[in-house]
Amino acid sequence: MTVIEVNHLRKLYHGRAVVDDVSLTVEEGEIFGVLGPNGAGKTTTVECIAGLRARDSGSVSVLGLDPSADRDELRSVVGVQLQSAVLPEKIKVWEAMDLYASFYERPADWETLLDRVGLAGKRDERFGKLSGGQKQRLSIALALVGNPRIAILDELTTGLDPQARRDTWELIGRVRDEGVTIVLVTHFMEEAERLCDRLALIDSGRVVAIDSPAGLVARVERDQTIRFRPSGPLDDAVLKALPEVSDVTKSGGTLLVSGTGNLILAVSAALAEHGVSPLDLRVEGATLDDAFLALTGKTIAP
Amino acid sequence: MSKILTVEAKLFLREPAALLFALLLPLVLLLGLGSLPRFQEAVPELGGQRIIDTHFPSMMMLLGLITLAFTVMPATLATYRESGVLRRMSTTPVRAGRLLTAQLLINVVVAVLASTILTVLGWAVLDIGLPREPLGFAVSFVLGGASLFALGLLIASISPTAKAAPGIGTVLMFPLMFISGMWVPRESMPEVLRQIGDFLPVAPFGQALRDTWAGHAPNPRDLVVMAATVLIAGGAAARLFRWE
Repeated sequence: MTVIEVNHLRKLYHGRAVVDDVSLTVEEGEIFGVLGPNGAGKTTTVECIAGLRARDSGSVSVLGLDPSADRDELRSVVGVQLQSAVLPEKIKVWEAMDLYASFYERPADWETLLDRVGLAGKRDERFGKLSGGQKQRLSIALALVGNPRIAILDELTTGLDPQARRDTWELIGRVRDEGVTIVLVTHFMEEAERLCDRLALIDSGRVVAIDSPAGLVARVERDQTIRFRPSGPLDDAVLKALPEVSDVTKSGGTLLVSGTGNLILAVSAALAEHGVSPLDLRVEGATLDDAFLALTGKTIAP
Repeated sequence: MSKILTVEAKLFLREPAALLFALLLPLVLLLGLGSLPRFQEAVPELGGQRIIDTHFPSMMMLLGLITLAFTVMPATLATYRESGVLRRMSTTPVRAGRLLTAQLLINVVVAVLASTILTVLGWAVLDIGLPREPLGFAVSFVLGGASLFALGLLIASISPTAKAAPGIGTVLMFPLMFISGMWVPRESMPEVLRQIGDFLPVAPFGQALRDTWAGHAPNPRDLVVMAATVLIAGGAAARLFRWE
């Protein structure tokens, strides 16, 4: 079931289109990523979906609601975690949860929610005293406290250390498993690749491609490279003769075989035939980075 | 709404500086300076009144109110805007306007409490009379208080940053308090300063407090200036307020 449908969305700032003809759909229960470099229009796109900004043209439907017309109904079914939105420094964690729970008709049990984001022990701590990761987890808990059907999470792991980032990913995965559809704005390739079922690549306000991470990577016509140490002597010609192989180079005791198609299968079969096993085998394929580069001609920094 | 009020009230109490300047400072000044002999002598310029009779308590009450309205409240509101507290709240079914209302209400309640404590302690400790024209006093207090808070909302609306808000408030506060007779009674001022003061906000409020404290009806012109300030500043604030 489609829960979000965006058609030809346009948003202008000072006459310049920051979102230019964006169309996309999000299915129920998926983690949908909006990926692109800073300033690509990702945040503005989801803000139009969440009804925080008025669009200039196009249509948006979220669970059958129009964000610009059905403001209050939309907010009771969509939880939003904003990029840089905070709470008063001196509010305590439990007060924030209790307060935000009171904004909704059918709130989640906020004590359980705090426990799930791992902040049960911090309930009496003031917001200003929390670490970046804890603030982020509280922010996620607040986005979920209204029992939303859709959660929009913007740059959720920016500024977190690698451990906190992985913990947050795990949390998001669990939330999705409970049936909440998630729209995740990110400029982290790894985050998009690990978490998202489908991705919209956005650049300069336009959708470049929408596909699964694997599907996007597969669009890249890049040579794969296999790297291994042969267990015994092997004539290069054996590999060069394979139609999938385009090049073989030697570096010390290691062979670098590049090619296309089902390279790994062809090479393995040839090695087995000659009684050689590949030691320290590594396969290097295209990444989402390569896909973005191929599709837009630029890389996502950083 | 009651939960927002509770939380905002708790947050207010966690900023001791606000209470210190709005409540304690005027009180300490009133009781401290008020017990000096100089403040207890009849002053011919005040028509034989003592400074402590009506001038000083009115000015201290004004000091407490203007501190809340011009610095404490705008600082909080501008911080809420700048740090994204208002924006965060606007993603929920509850409108962020509720937060402004709660802040305004809390500051008004503190203003009323501070003024009551000031009046009662002045009466109990220094034997300062209670306002002798209570109805006129109440009307002046409500209208004047509303005019100060309307100006405070306007300050919060036009502050480009959170840090600028109390700064703008302070810069406006001192000349307005001066012309209201905070340091030199208006009776001792050149005629032209008095006339200018009559048509600025704040001074008519101080004047109305003093008049009604002394038992006179408030000057209708003062009430009109206060009401006009509420409408103009309040309207401008509503128009200019930015949510982010």
